[in-house]
Amino acid sequence: MTRTSGGEKALRYLLMLAVLAVSVGPFLWQLSTSLKSTTEDIYTYPPGLLPEHPTLDNYQGVADIVPVWDYALNSLKVAAANVVTNLAGASMAGYALARLRFRGRKAAGLAFVAALLVPLESVVIAQFTMMRDLQLNNTLTAVVLPGAVGALNVLLMRNAFANLPYEVEEAAVIDGANVWQRFTRIALPSVRGTLAAVAIFAFMGAWDDFLWPLIVLSDPDRFTLTVGLNFLHGTFQQNPRLVAAGTVIAVAPLLVMFACLQRYFFRGVGEGAVKG
Amino acid sequence: MQRAAGRTPERPTARAGRVRTHRAASPWLFLLPGLGVVAAFVLYPFLSTVHKAFTDARTLTPGTWVGLRNFRDMLDDEQFRVALRNSVLYVVAVVPLTVLLPLLLALLVHKKLPGVTFFRSAFYTPVVASVVVVSLIWGWMLDDRGLVNGILRFLGAGPVAFLGDQWLLLFSAMALTVWRGLSYYMIIYLAALANVPRELHEAAAVDGAGPLRRFVSVTVPALRSTMVLVGALSSVAAFKVFSEVYLLAGPTGGPAGQDTTLVMLVQRTGTGLNGRVGYASALSLAVFVLTLLLMLLVLRADRKEADG
Repeated sequence: MTRTSGGEKALRYLLMLAVLAVSVGPFLWQLSTSLKSTTEDIYTYPPGLLPEHPTLDNYQGVADIVPVWDYALNSLKVAAANVVTNLAGASMAGYALARLRFRGRKAAGLAFVAALLVPLESVVIAQFTMMRDLQLNNTLTAVVLPGAVGALNVLLMRNAFANLPYEVEEAAVIDGANVWQRFTRIALPSVRGTLAAVAIFAFMGAWDDFLWPLIVLSDPDRFTLTVGLNFLHGTFQQNPRLVAAGTVIAVAPLLVMFACLQRYFFRGVGEGAVKG
Repeated sequence: MQRAAGRTPERPTARAGRVRTHRAASPWLFLLPGLGVVAAFVLYPFLSTVHKAFTDARTLTPGTWVGLRNFRDMLDDEQFRVALRNSVLYVVAVVPLTVLLPLLLALLVHKKLPGVTFFRSAFYTPVVASVVVVSLIWGWMLDDRGLVNGILRFLGAGPVAFLGDQWLLLFSAMALTVWRGLSYYMIIYLAALANVPRELHEAAAVDGAGPLRRFVSVTVPALRSTMVLVGALSSVAAFKVFSEVYLLAGPTGGPAGQDTTLVMLVQRTGTGLNGRVGYASALSLAVFVLTLLLMLLVLRADRKEADG
C-alpha cells in the first residue's frame, strides 16, 4: 500500500474543490439567476452570487410565456416510450442473438453492427423525408421511432445474455419450459444490471436529444423541452432570468434521477465502454 | 460441469435429436421489433441517403438523377469549405484535451479518500444535464454582461465579446465540449484504472520512480487501449458537433455563418419547405465517409505508435 502523505491529501482535496467549482458552479449560478426578482440587477460588478430577495416568479413567468410544463410532459412521454421500447426490443433481440440457434443469426447480428456504424447525423435528412412520407412529421411518435431500439443496446444485451451460465436454462428446458418462459423467468431477471443501464441511457438520450426533434417537430405545441428551450432562448434572450428558470426545470428531473440511480450509472458507463 | 450432452440448450433438434428448444419461427419473432426498427429507420434511410445524394431532390419533389453534380457543387461551395474547416478544427483542438484532461481527473479521484465518491458524482453533473441546458448556461455566462465578463471587469480587464467574434465563439464552444467531456471520459478511465494491477505501481515506487515517471511508464502504457478508445469516441463526436455551436452561435452559425459546422450545414440545407434534400444527402454522405476515415486514422496512428 502506498500511503498518502498529509501534503498530498491536502493538494488532492484542493484540486477536487477547484474542479467542483468549475463543474457545478455554472449550475448554481444559473439557479441563482432564476431566483432573482425582476427588480434585482443581475448585471452587477462584481456578480452577486446570492439572490437578494429569492422568488419563484420567474418559474411562473416562463410558464406564462411558453408552455414549459407541456414541453416537459412531451419530453417525459418521449423518454418513457424510449425506455420501454428499448428495454423490450433490445432484450428480445439480444436474447435471440445470444441464446437461440437459427439460420441467419450471423446476418442478423451483422445488421446491428452495421447500424452502429451509421452516424445518426448522416441519416437525419432521410429520416425526416421518410417521416413526412408516412405523415408522421411533427408528432411525438416520429421523435421516438428512429431510436426506439438502439443497435448498441441490442449488442449490450446480447453480451449480457451470452455471459450467463447455460446450466440454469438447461434445467428449465428439461422441465419443459418454452423459449418465452426461459426468456422472461430465467434470463431477464439475471441481467437486471444491464437492463438498468439500458433504461437509464435510453431515458437520458431521449431527454437530451436535440437535433432530431428540432428537425422533425415544427409545431410549438409539440416541442420537447430541448427544442422548447432553444425557442425560449431565441425569443427571450433579453431576460436571462426566464431562460434560467426554464433550464432549471429541464435539468432538475435528471439530477434527481441521477442522484437516485448513480450506482447503475457508473457501472453502465463502464460496461458500455468496455463491451460496446 | 462435465456433461457430454446438451452443453447448449439450443442445440439444433436435428443434431441432438432429444430436446426441442424452440419453434423455428420464434427466433425471428424475438428479433422482429429490434431488426424492424434498425432496418426501417437506420439502414434504409442510409441507403436512401446514398441514392438521393445523386439526385436533385427537394423537400417536396423526388428529383432526378444528376450524377456527381452534388459532389462537384460541394467542392465549389464556400459554405462547405467553412463547415469542413470548423469541424476539422474542432477535432484538432478538442480531442487531445479530451484524451488527456479526463485521464488526469480520473487519477485525481481514483485514490480512495473520504468523500471522493461525492466529488465523482458531482463532477458528472454537466453530463447529466443535457447539452442544450449547459449551452444555454454557458451562453448566459459568456454574455457581454454575464458572469465571466463580470469577473473580468472586477479584475480590471475585459469586457470580452465571447459571443460576437467568429473565433472566440468557436473557441467557447470547444471549451464547452471539453468541459462536458471531462467527467464523461473520466468514468471510462476510472473503469479502466480499476483493472491496472496495483503491484506495477508499487514495484515502480520501490524502484524509486517518482509520480511523473510512474505516470509515463506505468499508467499510460496500461491505459493505452482506453486512451485510443476515448480518442476515437471523442474525435467522432467532435467532428459531428452540432448542439453546442448551434446554441452558442445561433441557427445561422455566428457572424456571417463563419461558425457553421458540417452537421449544421446538413441540417440547414436539407430541412424547411424548400430544403435541398439531394445536396444535403451528398453532405451527409461526406460526413459519413469522413467519420469512417477519421476512425481509421485514429486506429492507424495507434498501431504505428505500438510498432515504433
